[in-house]
Amino acid sequence: MRVALFLTCVNDTLYPDTGRAVVKLLTRLGVEVDFPMAQTCCGQAHYNTGYRHEAEPLARHFSDVFGEYEAIVTPSGSCGAMVRELYPRMGERARAEGRGDTLAATLAPVVPKTYELTEFLVDVLGVTDVGAYYPHTVTYHPTCHGLRSLGLGDRPRRLLQAVKGLELRELPGADECCGFGGTFAVKNPDVSAAMGADKVHNAESTGAEVLCAADNSCLMHIGGTMARLETRMRPVHIAEILAGTEEEPSA
Amino acid sequence: MSGGTFVGMPAFPKAAHEAVNNPTLRGNLRHATHTIRAKRAVAVAELDDWAALREAGKQIKDHTLRHLDRYLVQLEESVTAAGGIVHWAADADEANRIVADLVKMTGESEVVKVKSMATQEIGLNEALEAEGIHAYETDLAELIVQLGKDRPSHILVPAIHRNRGEIRDIFAREMGEWGRPAPEGLTDTPAELAEAARLHLRDKFLRAKVGISGANFMVAETGTLMVVESEGNGRMCLTLPETLISVVGIEKIVPTWQDLEVFLQTLPRSSTAERMNPYTSMWTGTTDADGPQTFHLVLIDNGRTDTLADEVGRQALRCIRCSACLNVCPVYERAGGHAYGSVYPGPIGAILSPQLRGTASEIDASLPYASSLCGACYEVCPVAIDIPEVLVHLRERIAEGGQATREGNKVVLKPAKGHAAERAAMRAARWAFSHPGALRTGQRLASRTRRFHPRSLPGPGKAWSDTRDLPTVPAEPFRDWWQRTHGGKDTDK
Repeated sequence: MRVALFLTCVNDTLYPDTGRAVVKLLTRLGVEVDFPMAQTCCGQAHYNTGYRHEAEPLARHFSDVFGEYEAIVTPSGSCGAMVRELYPRMGERARAEGRGDTLAATLAPVVPKTYELTEFLVDVLGVTDVGAYYPHTVTYHPTCHGLRSLGLGDRPRRLLQAVKGLELRELPGADECCGFGGTFAVKNPDVSAAMGADKVHNAESTGAEVLCAADNSCLMHIGGTMARLETRMRPVHIAEILAGTEEEPSA
Repeated sequence: MSGGTFVGMPAFPKAAHEAVNNPTLRGNLRHATHTIRAKRAVAVAELDDWAALREAGKQIKDHTLRHLDRYLVQLEESVTAAGGIVHWAADADEANRIVADLVKMTGESEVVKVKSMATQEIGLNEALEAEGIHAYETDLAELIVQLGKDRPSHILVPAIHRNRGEIRDIFAREMGEWGRPAPEGLTDTPAELAEAARLHLRDKFLRAKVGISGANFMVAETGTLMVVESEGNGRMCLTLPETLISVVGIEKIVPTWQDLEVFLQTLPRSSTAERMNPYTSMWTGTTDADGPQTFHLVLIDNGRTDTLADEVGRQALRCIRCSACLNVCPVYERAGGHAYGSVYPGPIGAILSPQLRGTASEIDASLPYASSLCGACYEVCPVAIDIPEVLVHLRERIAEGGQATREGNKVVLKPAKGHAAERAAMRAARWAFSHPGALRTGQRLASRTRRFHPRSLPGPGKAWSDTRDLPTVPAEPFRDWWQRTHGGKDTDK
């Protein structure tokens, strides 16, 4: 099977290790991965901040770049939700504004074949044990868009539970938002920081070494808060955990 | 917090600053919201058909809103036929004037009130006070807010920001000014506080000739109004006075009696986590020698038909004021209700206030951004209002401008002030993202200069780096690694 990796602009620029982990993991599972070099950004930050008209060309660009592939895999719940949940909505809005079906028709092909990584592993490849090894205590934070927009459910936890050497600890208040919310973190810094600090304190109470999530944007916020609060925990993307093996362990 | 009104509030981030840094308030809110949200989850899980009830509630409300003109006329006919008198008010001023005139016609200068969001929305108590009419709140939490010269901070539990000690102090200090004083040596035990309120209020119930209420629902086919409540004070106000004036938003209609079946299950479970609310009072016009002999219904618009004209935003009018969205909202939990600058705080307030009032004020223009879009509010809403969708829709109106309806007229709104730099940045980012080559150049530049990146950011980014460490830019962006190792073709355009 040949899939396109939609790495997202945040991962590409700031978290290339996550991308390398996805490539390593999928290749190990027999999937042929391509990275279309023309990919940029799905437009989520624009859309959610109120700049839908700026997001539209980016959505069209996404469809141009990825439209030909059989499946599109992304290690980001929120960018995955942008394509799956909000692209159809953008098409509907354009139609409601009397701009016809063009946008909807352009975006439609990529919507059903875009998968968040853990969804792709469990639903498409049908695996929960990916042969990973990670000898650490881990607590899992289900990010809001993965949890509520994509409905990832217990897929990430099932994948983590199957990892050799990994001890999973339950995170109190797991389904509460970490306070990132894209531009929310900048527009409402006090509330965002308070939410982040509570998330970190809850994570610390588990005694785990690692807080894991399926979205680097949330991890950037949580990790930045951890560093500032001088906790001993570290944020790790789930792809990096799943990519590690006994021969080639992840950090 | 003091003073009864929200006029001239600063933008949400500034208003929230105080609450976030107040440990007592944070503690009160955290305790109360977490308790009720856990109970709600249990009460909802008891019903196998919750999803169907939620969908039914949504459909009944949508149907009613779509044919609101017809159902309002039917309601007026039913109420009139039952002996009630219907008044129409386009805005808060008109509604307040109607109510004040109705009270004056009775020759009374005191009224007892059932907890009502509509009368708070229009500032009725303050308007009556200006006319020399004293309005006494009889709901326990509203009494605490009124005695404390405070503002409500929650739709269902207006005094949620107060703990027992604070309530005791307010009762001991203020009750004497308003009527029967608090008993000597009042402690902060719930039973003693409730008894003090009961004694204080009993005087008022027995004296009042005029009662003022809102309504949770109005049934078009029968002209029946309904109030659900937990304390029984509402029933006293609805049955003892000679004159009853009900002030209700026009969106509170359901077409038929049978429709109540859905909401009488979803509302109490969503709001107080009860299977059934303790007191359900219904009244249909007037009845000889039983209950109020004069009944007035004041129907208020106050921005509702403007909201109805908005295809995305109109779903806010489905709201049945259960407060479930407040209780699960992580932003409300930290910011507190006052920061929302309205009697409607929390997620529903963030979409309702800027629609009912428009987005001209600083606070209204900031409310659509008072959310991380986590979606917890949508998940619990018993009438499935997609609050995140409406938030983003209103952000668009503020950031990009666009068409809206104000006072029945289509208007084209300009983008709100203070968004010019952001708009420019969004455009620049869109340009870069539309040109993969430009993006790549930017990434490489960031990687090469990474040792010189500041630890804190200038401008709006400062808010980020004040409380969180910035990520370090990696030596090599992914796409460069990919090209180096997989020989990907550069598709710069």
